[in-house]
Amino acid sequence: MEVIPLAWWQLALAALMVVGLAGCTAALRLGMSRSLLIAALRTVIQLGLIGLVLEALFAAEQLLWVVLMALAMLLIAGREVMARQKRRLSGGWAFGIGTLAMFLSSFTVTVLALTVIIGPDPWYRPQYAIPLLGMLLGNTMTGVALALDRLTDSAWRQRAVIENRLMLGEPWQVAIGDIRREAMRSGLMPMINAMAAAGVVSLPGMMTGQILAGTAPGLAVKYQILIMFAITLGTGFGTLAAVAAGSRRLFDDRERLRLDRLAAPRR
Amino acid sequence: MTTSSILRLDGVGIGTLADVSLAVAPGDIHCLSGPSGSGKSRLLRAVADLEPHAGQVWLGEIAQSSLPAHAWRARVMLVPAESQWWADSVGEHLSAPPAAEDLAALGFEADVLDWQVSRLSSGEKQRLALLRALGQAPAALLLDEPTANLDEATTRRVEAWLVARIRKRSWPVIWVAHDREQIARVANRHWRIDGSKLRTEEVASWR
Repeated sequence: MEVIPLAWWQLALAALMVVGLAGCTAALRLGMSRSLLIAALRTVIQLGLIGLVLEALFAAEQLLWVVLMALAMLLIAGREVMARQKRRLSGGWAFGIGTLAMFLSSFTVTVLALTVIIGPDPWYRPQYAIPLLGMLLGNTMTGVALALDRLTDSAWRQRAVIENRLMLGEPWQVAIGDIRREAMRSGLMPMINAMAAAGVVSLPGMMTGQILAGTAPGLAVKYQILIMFAITLGTGFGTLAAVAAGSRRLFDDRERLRLDRLAAPRR
Repeated sequence: MTTSSILRLDGVGIGTLADVSLAVAPGDIHCLSGPSGSGKSRLLRAVADLEPHAGQVWLGEIAQSSLPAHAWRARVMLVPAESQWWADSVGEHLSAPPAAEDLAALGFEADVLDWQVSRLSSGEKQRLALLRALGQAPAALLLDEPTANLDEATTRRVEAWLVARIRKRSWPVIWVAHDREQIARVANRHWRIDGSKLRTEEVASWR
């Protein structure tokens, strides 16, 4: 079975309906039409461009280009993690910790899944490597951003509690233990929810795509399970590394809470 | 019973305070007073090593910087003016159940350990914070206005209990206080913050 081709004019029909939705919200003065249209336009431009990039990448099939693409994705994700935090660690630490955590977890899990489990030839074959890394990075990014935001914001709000616990002679790991647990939880919750709801409440996007492309549902399910586990591993280890490094950075070598290392929230 | 040691500040500087040196003998109480914003609490925070500061603090032969910070703070225990409670019940914050006589002296029954933290008054929090800190078996105490939220009668009671404990355990104590009469009752020595220096003041002569 072949995928039914989509023509641009058919997409234009869908686009017209989005414009119609924007028109409705504008008529009702709900004030969402502008951002809705801008987001829709960004989707078209960004996906159109990435389509061109992927076609070139698939045609070349060279390790160097795959690595460059992966690095670009990582840096953009690192920037995004930084931007999503209200009170981030200053001096490049927010970007550094987020990016390093995502690099360690997403890249390792992707390479492992490619070489040990899926085994395409060559192992970096872009049709497998890039979408796999993309899904891993996207989810790890969300987990790391949520966890770091929760960590720094809670530490700011509960600084009096942390310091009182330090005064009672608790080591810094104990004094911030509750906040670390909360941060881990908010980083991992989206993925745990997604796994719990998969197939019951929602049909995962990748599986849907494969089925649309003609893959037998049994195989699509296997791929989806593999992806879910890979994403959970990536998100879990990434969040773990980010929370460990981030909470360490909140204290100095004399175990003092150093909130002066957080940047003021932008308004 | 731990052997008691002198608490000695050697050239400590933090905020507007510079080069503060003093020595508190075991069992002695040095009161510290000064206008608000003069740096009393910050000086205590420096002694507990909660803020970067200049100079060195000694507990007997042990230098502040020679111990891991949490081990130092477990010995040189700071009780802040406003205590914090993070778990649901009072008992979860205490490492060991306090002695019945200590509870009674502060006006509590044994069931206080089951009380919900959210229902504590500021005065109850203050008394329980003292109980919590003293239960950690410190070797020196830094008290930041330990009776600020208490009425006159309770103040006297808590004060008497604290002084008795301090003398019995031979803790060197730095006690931030406003009330001249309280200072006259408890202090062996009285320091007043004057700009960047500490100036010693006469403690009422009847003691």
